[in-house]
Amino acid sequence: MFYREAGQFKTSYAADMAIFPIRQDRIGLGLILIGAFVVIPLAGNQFLLNSIMIPFLVFSLAAIGLNILTGYTGLLSLGSAAFMGVGAYACYKLSTFFPQVNILVWIVASGFVSSAVGVFFGLPSLRIKGFYLAVATLAAQFFLQWCFARVPWLYNDNTSGAIEVSTHTLFGLPVTGPNATPATRYLVVLTIVAAMAWLASNIVHGRIGRMWMAVRDMDIAAQLMGIRLLRAKLLAFAVSSFYVGVAGALMVFLWLGAAEPEAFNINLSFLLLFMVIIGGLGSIVGAFLGAALIHILPILLRALPALVGLNLGSATIEQLTFMVTGALIIFFLIVEPLGLARLWRIGKQKLRVWPFPY
Amino acid sequence: MSLIYQIFVDPFVQMAGAPDLLAQTVWEGFVGGVLYALIALGFVLIFKASGVFNFAQGIMMVFAALTLVGLHEKGVPAWLALIATIGVMYVLALGVERIVLRPLVNQPDIILFMATFGLTYFLIGLGELLFGGNPKTMITEQLYLPSGAIDLKILGGTVSLQKIDIAAAIIALVMVAGLGLFFQKTRIGRALRAVADDHQAALSVGISLNQIWVVVWFAAGIVALATGILWGARSDVSFALQIVALKALPVLILGGLTSIPGAIVGGLIIGIGEKLGEFYWGPIFGGGIESWLAYVIALAFLLFRPQGLFGEAIIERI
Repeated sequence: MFYREAGQFKTSYAADMAIFPIRQDRIGLGLILIGAFVVIPLAGNQFLLNSIMIPFLVFSLAAIGLNILTGYTGLLSLGSAAFMGVGAYACYKLSTFFPQVNILVWIVASGFVSSAVGVFFGLPSLRIKGFYLAVATLAAQFFLQWCFARVPWLYNDNTSGAIEVSTHTLFGLPVTGPNATPATRYLVVLTIVAAMAWLASNIVHGRIGRMWMAVRDMDIAAQLMGIRLLRAKLLAFAVSSFYVGVAGALMVFLWLGAAEPEAFNINLSFLLLFMVIIGGLGSIVGAFLGAALIHILPILLRALPALVGLNLGSATIEQLTFMVTGALIIFFLIVEPLGLARLWRIGKQKLRVWPFPY
Repeated sequence: MSLIYQIFVDPFVQMAGAPDLLAQTVWEGFVGGVLYALIALGFVLIFKASGVFNFAQGIMMVFAALTLVGLHEKGVPAWLALIATIGVMYVLALGVERIVLRPLVNQPDIILFMATFGLTYFLIGLGELLFGGNPKTMITEQLYLPSGAIDLKILGGTVSLQKIDIAAAIIALVMVAGLGLFFQKTRIGRALRAVADDHQAALSVGISLNQIWVVVWFAAGIVALATGILWGARSDVSFALQIVALKALPVLILGGLTSIPGAIVGGLIIGIGEKLGEFYWGPIFGGGIESWLAYVIALAFLLFRPQGLFGEAIIERI
């Protein structure tokens, strides 16, 4: 019907390898971007922007980062929350040292700090594999979290032990701190996430992405083909930690406004891993889908009993949310172990050949 | 210079100066290690037989202990509550096998790992729904577990041993010996080892995988119950214990994912190492290093033996 590529001829290799080779895909992406940049800030209320869209985008960015490491390079990591913390604390320190510099510069710079820490903790990956590596990354998780709580220099000796964001402006508009409007913060987050998702998509479709996938599928074979494992794996750690670190900085500066070390605990790491796996390993779209599902599902579940008229206590709702989330995770894994990204692809394929079955 | 002295000399001077304190610290580490080893044992059982890295072991322990205490609070006598809890663990094993494992046969490890995460969430919700989220006190006396302490006058001082800790060490020992015998000498144990070795070969000689999985998950459930009782007797029974269970992970990789003796030795190394580290080196770093020291110890061992101390050597072929 409308989603058909008949008549769209590719005349060059570049056109054939394009990320969106079908015109309808490009139109669809354009519509989504217009919706995200124009419609949502105009039409959305504070709750939609603050509690759904901004966290969703932040988690998507972190999930893209983890996906680069786990989905594309095959290195299981349970320490991603700690790297979000590194990004957040680095951004906090940098912005208090040099408050007059543009905050966006520091958000990107904190990604590089996180990247350096990531490379350091990625060094064991050369010798340790699989679940053994996962537990090794737990060392990063617990050590870094301990640092956030115990090194007073990191939180400027605040008595509360938490980091708080002061007001920074961009083109005269406050983008962080209590004075920033949700719409401004949303647009800043959206711009950064869209740019970084575009960048990630290009990285994983190019030479570097193929190198990572070769390492994932069998690292010894990749080594025999001339891929230098040390560089490939450490590069994956660096890029992944960069994304996760920027996501952490965004989380504190543009979403929460303040954070304690507990905000970066192990549960957040698990949550990110859920997003990556439910969304689909090795897929950028999957990171967005997974983040949407894992973040929005509990919000919906909490709202559901009130909608159908049931009057349950808030504690009961919380417990039921846990149970249903757990059951749904198992359900999704059984129905489609390759994740939502795979369902997305199947759906597109069906639409393409509709009304014929194949 | 003084930092080097503080790290490399001073702790040992302290150790030599007060041997009774050292003995006390080592004993506490030993007991902690035994309990870590018990949790790790549950992991190893399931990993050996089904290749599943069972993240839910920690919550299974909490869930078992909660069921026991919760039933007793509702007026069920202790012995009946114990039997009922064992029954619950059996039903759980059956359910996990039927609902989670069977549809996911032959999936990649990470998918199964994630499925046990889903199970963890489910059990957290269920446990809180049934028994409430407040910490509970373990019914120590009703289960005839000893309390109080023995004071030993040795090494020029007093070393105090909690009786419950001694009981924990003995129970752990009995359990490991029992599981060892079960694996080596019984028919089901042999079948378990066959499954651990090769799923397909085991199937071809007529071993029912489904049945075996129920058996191992049930065995892991029993281990979880015992661990839950012992941990619960030392502190309260609460969902915070689940975080303690994460400490079993470094124990597990230190010992090797597939080795029962490895779990024990790993548990002792981690337990004693972390207590000594916290007590003698902790103050230099400002305390609280217990939270990550175990992982760093495990990491240090792994760099030299990537498959753990007792794990099977990893052979990679193209």
